[in-house]
Amino acid sequence: MTTTTKPAAPVAAAPARRLGAGALALRQGRLEITQFLRSRESVVFTMGFPIIMILIFAAIFSDEIAPGVSYTQYFITGMIATGLMTVSFQNLGIWIPIERDRGVLKRYRGTPMPKWVWFAGKVIMVVVIGVAETALLLAVSVALFDLDLPQTAAKWLTFGWVSVLGVTACTLCGIAISSLARTARSGSAVVTPVALVLQFISGVFFVFTNLPTWMQQVAAIFPLKWMCQGLRSVFLPDSFGAQEPGGSFELGRVALVLGAWCVIGLVLCLTTFRSTTRRDG
Amino acid sequence: MEDELAISVRGLRKTYGDNVAVAGVDLDVHRGEVFALLGPNGAGKTTTVEILEGYRHRDAGEVRVLGVDPASPDAGWRAKVGIVLQGTGEFDELTVAEVVRHFSGFYPDADDPAKVVERVGLGAKAKARTHTLSGGQKRRLDVALGIIGRPELLFLDEPTTGFDPEARREFWDLIRDLAAAGTTIVLTTHYLDEAEALADRVGVIAAGRVVEVAPPGRLGNRQEALATVSWRTPDGTPESAETASPTALVAELAARFGGEVPGLTVTRPTLEDVYLRMIGH
Repeated sequence: MTTTTKPAAPVAAAPARRLGAGALALRQGRLEITQFLRSRESVVFTMGFPIIMILIFAAIFSDEIAPGVSYTQYFITGMIATGLMTVSFQNLGIWIPIERDRGVLKRYRGTPMPKWVWFAGKVIMVVVIGVAETALLLAVSVALFDLDLPQTAAKWLTFGWVSVLGVTACTLCGIAISSLARTARSGSAVVTPVALVLQFISGVFFVFTNLPTWMQQVAAIFPLKWMCQGLRSVFLPDSFGAQEPGGSFELGRVALVLGAWCVIGLVLCLTTFRSTTRRDG
Repeated sequence: MEDELAISVRGLRKTYGDNVAVAGVDLDVHRGEVFALLGPNGAGKTTTVEILEGYRHRDAGEVRVLGVDPASPDAGWRAKVGIVLQGTGEFDELTVAEVVRHFSGFYPDADDPAKVVERVGLGAKAKARTHTLSGGQKRRLDVALGIIGRPELLFLDEPTTGFDPEARREFWDLIRDLAAAGTTIVLTTHYLDEAEALADRVGVIAAGRVVEVAPPGRLGNRQEALATVSWRTPDGTPESAETASPTALVAELAARFGGEVPGLTVTRPTLEDVYLRMIGH
């Protein structure tokens, strides 16, 4: 960390920031990650939740869903998707109202920091924590439950873009939904039921095709179902595609729906985001 | 001359629904001046200041802060304006040094973070998480974040609320220090002694209007006000008289009593008396 000890000088009319835009965003990201890692609840619940769930699921469903394919191999997809949604959608939907309530956002607004840097910091935090948490989940599953990792570059590529699109959509929706919470405390009340219902209807806890058809159709409106479906194409044999509701993994549609949610989320963010809690009083 | 004025306000109005918060404020603050906005709660102090800080939009009026309309603040302007809001923005998971260092990165000509932490009297707390700070210490951190960018103009909204007397004295010294270095300071307060101790000029605001602007000693023509001379008659009854020539009256009383005048006091209206009269009590 460099510090300047120059004598006081009048500020130029259009001052050049000491730090470039990229450096500002990285610093902001590092600050967000530090804050995240230091708040024990976030670490335990956000990072630990998918791992605890896979431990429970692997203990309950210890047999095979098809010859040579364990239930863990199926449910890992839901757990990865849930983990990504937790770190983005729930994490932001719960934390931003708290920061707004504390006046942190108002404080940032009073500085020359460009607004986008704050968003960039959140995105960097979500990506880093999301990658770490997914890696941990995979490591635990490989070590304890003989999970088969994707074997081809193409599957890793699919893994990559489904995760990126899914996290982007969930991040934007998390920022957008944070504006629904009126106080710091109501953030989790707004976000948790939404996340929980989506997890139940999107095939995280059950084999998706065993769910009632109407439930599958409702789930198909939201991103989580498509994240799970895209990840199933990565972790399950290609032959499983035939069992999907559409008769295949429909990767094109996965990209389309997740992309659409990115756009919807972005529009909601831009139109509804506010940095203070109360209406002016 | 435009450049001599740090702040110029004409006909400022702001209403919230039917409630007129600011009902036509005119105000000039000179560069290098310490200006106190004094008024009871709900008088419109914070609304006025938050409009000047670029946080709120006004309904009508002309406002120039450092030559710029704060309704459309840019980063260059933000870099020259330091803001200490009313109780905001804790970063619970971070240490004092981390927060100050982080904010220093937003400014083109930031001060040395360690020096600023020392200057606001938090040197011993530099490595403490901010949630362990007392109310007064949190306020000092607020001030540190307000001055880290070496502002030309510093806004302080009720900065010493909740301070113990010793902490207030230290804080006043800090403000005098900043003022001596040429920083223009606008503070709101409802402590009369604070306005009297710090301000070159005081603007009294009541019911959304500036009732008077004057140096603290001259507020309400205090220096010309009649003195009240009180004493006790030989049978113990208190007597008092208002007079423009208290010395003559005291001499006369001394002659009448043939020496000591029992219970003699000579008083002029305190700032508080003047202030209470102005705000309509």
